[in-house]
Amino acid sequence: MIPLEHFLTLSGILFSLGLFGVLARRNAVLILMSIELMLNAVNINLVAFSAYLVSTEFVGQVFALFVIVVAAAEVGLALSIIIAIYRSRATSNVDEVDLMKW
Amino acid sequence: MTFEDAYRLSPELILGFFAILIVLLDLGVRRKGWLAALTLVGLGASAAWTAVLTAGGWQGTALGDTLAVDNFSLFFKFLFLGAAALVVLASTGYSIRFARFQGEYYALVLTSAAGMMLMASGRELITLYISLELTSLSLYALAGFLKDPRSNEASLKYLLLGAISSAVLLYGMALLLGLTGETHLDAIANALGRMPGANYPVLFLGIIFIVTGFGFKIAAVPFQMWVPDVYEGSPTPVTAYLSVASKAAGFAITLRVFTLALGGPREAADWSLIFAILAVASMTLGNILAIPQANIKRMLGYSSIAQAGYLMVGLATLSDLGRSGIIFFLASYAFTNLGAFIAVIAISHRIDSDLISDYAGMAHRSPLLAGALTFCLISLVGIPPTAGFIAKVYLFNAAVQQGLAWLVIIAVVNSVISAYYYLGVVKAMFMGTPLSLERVTAVRPALAALAVATVGVLVVGILPEPLISIAQAVGRSLIP
Repeated sequence: MIPLEHFLTLSGILFSLGLFGVLARRNAVLILMSIELMLNAVNINLVAFSAYLVSTEFVGQVFALFVIVVAAAEVGLALSIIIAIYRSRATSNVDEVDLMKW
Repeated sequence: MTFEDAYRLSPELILGFFAILIVLLDLGVRRKGWLAALTLVGLGASAAWTAVLTAGGWQGTALGDTLAVDNFSLFFKFLFLGAAALVVLASTGYSIRFARFQGEYYALVLTSAAGMMLMASGRELITLYISLELTSLSLYALAGFLKDPRSNEASLKYLLLGAISSAVLLYGMALLLGLTGETHLDAIANALGRMPGANYPVLFLGIIFIVTGFGFKIAAVPFQMWVPDVYEGSPTPVTAYLSVASKAAGFAITLRVFTLALGGPREAADWSLIFAILAVASMTLGNILAIPQANIKRMLGYSSIAQAGYLMVGLATLSDLGRSGIIFFLASYAFTNLGAFIAVIAISHRIDSDLISDYAGMAHRSPLLAGALTFCLISLVGIPPTAGFIAKVYLFNAAVQQGLAWLVIIAVVNSVISAYYYLGVVKAMFMGTPLSLERVTAVRPALAALAVATVGVLVVGILPEPLISIAQAVGRSLIP
């Protein structure tokens, strides 16, 4: 059986990649995708912890399902805001969304 | 869901029901003022039910121990409902700017209030996360409600930074789950008591992640980047709502999670130090950066960061007195900041500008609004006879009793700095020469809301005892 550490390492790497993407990407849609990466890293953590440590209940799996649902709602809202911004200034680059100091 | 669950959850269920009702009625109603009235009816019904729960001894837990209906959560429910009602009243004149979308505006105010109420009662990680997101998603949409590039920009910044912070918070929660195998806060506390010391670094990492997530909600430095821009770009009633209700919800959830789940002596010593450091950073940075601001909403944004700093002094005390100090401070801050923002909404709606320089001579154009704004700003500085003064004395006294005198000295120095920019607005309003002689007036509901807030500031400032005893009872009820 694969030890728990492997899952935790994978999740740590994914989370860091997501955080790097958030900081390095300039396109709002790509930043959103990086946030999804961070959330999925959390999901891996939750499911792995739950499977290895709390085998009698499915707390982690249920938690992960809720995270997925909320993330979907968040993306829906975010994309509609990005469309509103694109309509008003024809860009989805966060560096150019700078009417107020960032 | 049993009958008791439904009974205890009714304040939130009523808000959800009215939110749906308003969106449906919005399709047919021509005069949108009715929707505001209906929103107030919903908030009133929910408050009435909350009063029944408080008086009728129906305290307990609901939905399988995931929600606590105790004095702590009931107090915050009243606070959120009151703040939402004042914001709805204050947006009556302003709401024509939302054009066709007034129904959605009121519905989102209701759903976010329901989310905050759940945040204050949640005692389980999944519930807390869902209620936090219910609040946040409603607020992201509210921030972008104007058809104006600044408002869109505020919404995008709020959403992106909020999503990042909630991902970090979730990682912290996942670590807690991994260390303890539990999601109920009291079960987590039990399991952490038995945890071997070798796991402590992981727990510390989890604490830092959770502080990051909650620090974003309460606008603590260094998680405050969103505040000035979002406060400036959002519709002003939403800014008022954010600065009062969302911050109070953040403190409610922080108090509950940290005292209940992470209240063990080893963890508590560490996070109280973290909050003390964040308090110093927030007070100092908030106050210093507020000084050069030309836009009053942006200035109040930095001021709210500084106020979060004072509040975090209470978190660092780890005592009953400190917790009740936070609760008292939040209540008086709600009156004060709402009063200030309602005056700003009325003035800026009429003169169509948020620049402090355009407030010059406002005392001649509208003695009432300028006077109320002055009174609230004095309360924000913390000068008697206002609620802000009592709140600061109470909170700082609690900190001194726990040997945090150094923190209190920094806080008092900061209060003095803050007088400079708050009174700068007062000076402009009373000494400046008016740009025009046109009178500035406000609609009646907004004036009523302003009266409630200012009278609240004055009454709490002169007769603080009732609120102090409530705050003490509420603070004690946090630890069962």
